[in-house]
Amino acid sequence: MTELVILVLGIAVLFYVLLGGADFGAGIVELVTGKRGIDTISKAIAPVWEANHIWLILAVVILFNGFPLVYTTLTTYLHIPLFIILLGIIFRGTAFTFRYYDTVKDNSHKYYTQLFRISSLLTPFFLGVTLGAIMLGKIPAQVDGTFYAIFVAPWLNLFSFTTGIFLTLLFGWLAAIYLLGEAQDEESFQTFAKTSRIFFVLLVVSGLSVFLVSEMHELNFFSRFLHSSVAIGCVLVATAIIPFLWAGIRQRNNLQTRFLAGVQTACILTGWFAIQFPVMIYLADGSALTIQNSQAPERTISLLVYALVAGILLIFPAFAYLFKVFKFSQNKQG
Amino acid sequence: MDDFLAARLQMTVSFVFHIVFACIGMTMPWLMFAAELKWIKTGRKVYLDLSKAWARGVAIFFAVGAVSGTVLSFELGLLWPKFMEHAGAIIGMPFSWEGTAFFLEAIALGVFLYGRDRVNKRVHLFSGLLVGIAGVVSGIFVVAANAWMNSPSGFDWVNGQAINIDPVKAMFNKAWFQQALHMTIAAFASTSFAVAGVHAFMLLRHKGNEFHRGAIHIALLFGAVAAILQPLSGDISAKNVAKLQPAKLAAMESLFKTSEPASLVIGGIPDEEKEEVKYGIHIPHLLSFLAHGDPNAEVEGLDKTSKENWPPVAIVHFAFQIMVFMGMLMMGAGILFLIFNFKWKENLDKRWWLKLLVWLTPVGFIAVEAGWIVTEVGRQPWIIYGIMKTKDAVTPMPGVQYPFFLITLIYLALTFLVFILMRRQITAVHKNPQNINSHD
Repeated sequence: MTELVILVLGIAVLFYVLLGGADFGAGIVELVTGKRGIDTISKAIAPVWEANHIWLILAVVILFNGFPLVYTTLTTYLHIPLFIILLGIIFRGTAFTFRYYDTVKDNSHKYYTQLFRISSLLTPFFLGVTLGAIMLGKIPAQVDGTFYAIFVAPWLNLFSFTTGIFLTLLFGWLAAIYLLGEAQDEESFQTFAKTSRIFFVLLVVSGLSVFLVSEMHELNFFSRFLHSSVAIGCVLVATAIIPFLWAGIRQRNNLQTRFLAGVQTACILTGWFAIQFPVMIYLADGSALTIQNSQAPERTISLLVYALVAGILLIFPAFAYLFKVFKFSQNKQG
Repeated sequence: MDDFLAARLQMTVSFVFHIVFACIGMTMPWLMFAAELKWIKTGRKVYLDLSKAWARGVAIFFAVGAVSGTVLSFELGLLWPKFMEHAGAIIGMPFSWEGTAFFLEAIALGVFLYGRDRVNKRVHLFSGLLVGIAGVVSGIFVVAANAWMNSPSGFDWVNGQAINIDPVKAMFNKAWFQQALHMTIAAFASTSFAVAGVHAFMLLRHKGNEFHRGAIHIALLFGAVAAILQPLSGDISAKNVAKLQPAKLAAMESLFKTSEPASLVIGGIPDEEKEEVKYGIHIPHLLSFLAHGDPNAEVEGLDKTSKENWPPVAIVHFAFQIMVFMGMLMMGAGILFLIFNFKWKENLDKRWWLKLLVWLTPVGFIAVEAGWIVTEVGRQPWIIYGIMKTKDAVTPMPGVQYPFFLITLIYLALTFLVFILMRRQITAVHKNPQNINSHD
């Protein structure tokens, strides 16, 4: 039963990264493209961002219901980055909504736009920082020590910041790919294509630097990676996809491009998961919160599975319908 | 500032802010759906305009509510990690169901808002209905989780650990139905009266405007029914609280000494030191009757609870009085509306009536906030009633006042911005009716 919960948690994280990530990334792309992107971006994410955002809530609920100790360890020791993530979520969501719905176009739109872009950067970066902190193993096992040691050091370090940059770039790249299919004219298509190339190069560089920095922190990331055939397989698949992805962009096959970018992202996450398994959080004393030692009692887990399965049976068709209506309609018209 | 106090205040601010959006999210889709139905039935364009205008309102409030709800789902752990460590496994289930309902609501809202010209008419109408159903259902799930804090069940508490956890029993605890009923009706009453008030304000400026007249009519139908039903559900709730949390009821009523029979105290200033109420109006036998259905029944006072476990009596007492008073105002207006609607229809366009509605705009939300203060402050010092104290659940992180100040500032700013935005939306209806849903 626990495996199923983990599977759904993985799906929720993947979908949040793919969909919610693309929405946050849209704000990052807007930082690069400026005014030229605004129209496409607003129209592209307005109908879907709330539904996309709920994958995060689903992940949070699975954590506090199925793995309460993991949830409370995160919220206790990573209070500060999580709070910043929240600030980003508040500002991004409200700034976007206000900008989109405000009937009067005046100066306030400039502020909404600024706020939208900056907060779109804030949440992905600190999400990445949080993920880095989970891997790094500086989270104390108990509240003991200075404020800095307990509540700051676990996440304020080079490794966490490197993972933060990586996730930010990943979100930006996903958004650029997603927006290719939403572009309404040649000029904006070219803009997004160029942005996607820039982000891709930066993403590869930052991915490599995650490995590099992990060696500096003596995380043995690289040797753990070499010992996991799943992780190696994932990287191979992700690499093999690259030429097809580029071809997809060149041939304007937006469905292919999106799908392949999704597969690559799934590879990255699966590879990471394979290296991390079965650990959820590495702790400073050398121990770890694992899937086994932090899970809720069996009855809770099985009820959670029922709820998730029922939920997915309801949600997926509805979700597919939403995307069919809004995301593939242009293909039909064209 | 004391960290514990800061944590409590941050939770309060987040909750006070979110609950308004939650109420609107539960109710306004139904108003929108009713307008859509009327448009289909009568073919009168004002109802279509109304449905579109309300749908935009729903979208704005839903977005802000989704965001402030996410904040709460994190804050539970950020501020009360010890609580969540134990409660997560017990009461997480309704949240996972709520997640599903919320998902469907977001999807259906997307279809209703942006799909008018893209999907089949029936699917479009159904999506509107689904938004309403999902909104109410997710509200009920969350309230059930809160009810568990008042009436914990579905586990055994042994040496500071929860064992034999049964999430189904926990969700269907002894308070869930009463609380969910009271809250759902409250959401309908408060939002409907607020909507009616806003449109009444506009109708005063634009005399005879059909758009606003239609809006007021739909909103008040919902509001009147809810406001008239609410005292009944309040009675059911009070009897339940008397049974499950006698200290809370005693605080609501400032009943310091166990009495048989007990009289109902209206108003007054409770003095916790001297254990008496000054200036209140006492109605003999009434509390016994309301709490236990028997005018001579014994009602447990605060003297049965050791003083360290008292909730802050004055706050709970005042909040309760405010809630009841506001509820009575709405009920009165609701009854008037139904009478006028049945006979003397001309009154519904009179200035005094519209002015009254304008004055009643915030009343429902004040009642909702006061009601939650009764529930939450009345449960103190417990976070899980009789099991875990709130102070033992708070985060070990010092300096909580900083996030508290920040969240307070942000929510004040957001409140202001939402207000401006809604004002612009509403005035835009008159400047350029085609402007509505210009994104379609």
